[in-house]
Amino acid sequence: MNTHAKPWQGIVLIALVLAALPFAVGLGMGNAWVRVLDFALLYIMLALGLNIVVGFAGLLDLGYIAFYAIGAYLYALLASPHFGLHWPTWAILPLGALVSGLFGILLGAPTLRLRGDYLAIVTLGFGEIVRIFLNNLNSPVNITNGPQGIARIDPISIAGVPLSKPLEFLGLALPGVYLYYYLFVLLALVIIFISLRLEDSRIGRAWVAIREDEVAAKTCGINVRNVKLLAFAMGASFGGVAGGLFAGFQEFVSPESFSLMESVMVLCMVVLGGMGHIPGVILGGLLLAVLPEVLRHGAAPVQKLLFGKVLIDPESLRMLLFGLTLILVMLYRPAGLWPSATRKRELSA
Amino acid sequence: MLEVINLEVYYGGIAAVKGISFAVEKGEMVALIGANGAGKTSTLKALARMLPSAGSIRFCGEEIAAVPSHRLIGQGLGMVPEGRGVFARLSVAENLAMGAYSRRGDAQIDGDLARVYEMLPRLKERNKQLAGTLSGGEQQMLALGRALLGRPSFLLLDEPSMGLAPLMVQKVFETIQAVAASGVTILLVEQNAKLALETASRGYVMEGGRITLADSAANLLADPRVRQAYLGE
Repeated sequence: MNTHAKPWQGIVLIALVLAALPFAVGLGMGNAWVRVLDFALLYIMLALGLNIVVGFAGLLDLGYIAFYAIGAYLYALLASPHFGLHWPTWAILPLGALVSGLFGILLGAPTLRLRGDYLAIVTLGFGEIVRIFLNNLNSPVNITNGPQGIARIDPISIAGVPLSKPLEFLGLALPGVYLYYYLFVLLALVIIFISLRLEDSRIGRAWVAIREDEVAAKTCGINVRNVKLLAFAMGASFGGVAGGLFAGFQEFVSPESFSLMESVMVLCMVVLGGMGHIPGVILGGLLLAVLPEVLRHGAAPVQKLLFGKVLIDPESLRMLLFGLTLILVMLYRPAGLWPSATRKRELSA
Repeated sequence: MLEVINLEVYYGGIAAVKGISFAVEKGEMVALIGANGAGKTSTLKALARMLPSAGSIRFCGEEIAAVPSHRLIGQGLGMVPEGRGVFARLSVAENLAMGAYSRRGDAQIDGDLARVYEMLPRLKERNKQLAGTLSGGEQQMLALGRALLGRPSFLLLDEPSMGLAPLMVQKVFETIQAVAASGVTILLVEQNAKLALETASRGYVMEGGRITLADSAANLLADPRVRQAYLGE
């Protein structure tokens, strides 16, 4: 294949597409869609983080969004008028990864002996506990500002330039959503790179081994406990970084952004894309982040075109179509849209 | 080489192994036989440190009761788990590679792999196939081959004949004998008492969590109690 013979050609092509994408989307459909892309990139980071836990190590986690919440609130508390703290972005993001990773271990340690549905229930509880804490930690001491959330969070800034304001560049005013896009693309690429390296490492092989058979993994000399905790911690730290980016991007966080539905959504991205297969997970994240928006904006015009009027409220139709899409994909592509070669072989055998 | 003194295993409040003592010398193949629920597998799992237990387990003169299970293969104590203990969604070659996981950077892994393939040619033919798609006997061979890649000096085998067709059982046991002949000491847990005693040099009979008989394999095979209880006579 050509792309294999000259890998740099592929890389240049991908770089050009990634660089031009916001312009194509923004000029063609409006800047609101660039914002959708920004969110899609955050979701890709989340999906890759959850993929480590669910896809590689085979540990079903239904509370993954809690780590996103922890990263987001950490950013919000350390860079907003709420406590009067204004830490630099580049101090908060690594701290967010670390703190979320520690919470990952906190979740992992008591659940080491659990698998499958039992683990799912405990992690689901963990996700809800974190959200409920965020909702209620406004009294007696106001830490999280409760359901109102934390507003006026400092935007992410690079070298003192906040990404929220348009940037003059070659006589062109790049809006904030474009700047965030480029930052998120870069960080998503870093996370993809880390994921690929992990997959191909001793740790990655150990994760796969414990996913397949814990007893056999032990007989091969794998420290199952540590390897599991590491999966929880690594996955959580990706979520923590994405959460920090989310807080700086939105400049507002509240507990309702971190509901169970969000955890389920990220899990759907992993499963639908192709569990354990990094390109598939990226595709799943992109599609499931963009699809609901397409359905939201597309449902009304399509109905007008077909029936002359809007018969069903687009908002309710959206989830219906979304659910239908998920069912169809799982029926016809049970290993995911873009599964790894092994999974494909297994499910077609 | 392996010395077990007063080993006890409890599940909750229920004793599965009630204080047994036995020993396996270097180069021996010893069978541990008994009926279902006699405590054989519990004993083996305790030796592999996968179940908490009381009592002393000395391996090569060192107490291993406090050693975590994943460290044992590094000390030369390998195990082939019960049933289909293979990584089903990994290929045969990947399974074997996992067997050498504890030997990071060991230059002799390739040579050992070649020897395992030589001993188990079926695995070589099928090295790209997913382990879960192999037949039961082939999976048992794969589990054995994978354990050998950890370079054990001592192997714990848990019910290698379980769920296999008679012809396949024969092949698996021929392989086990070849492994023993290559100098690996073996403790074999088996329900198939006849086969186990024909293969091993010595045997222990377990009943209700205790060792009730200990003798050479030939004597046990001739013992009327064994013949009546385990050989269906």
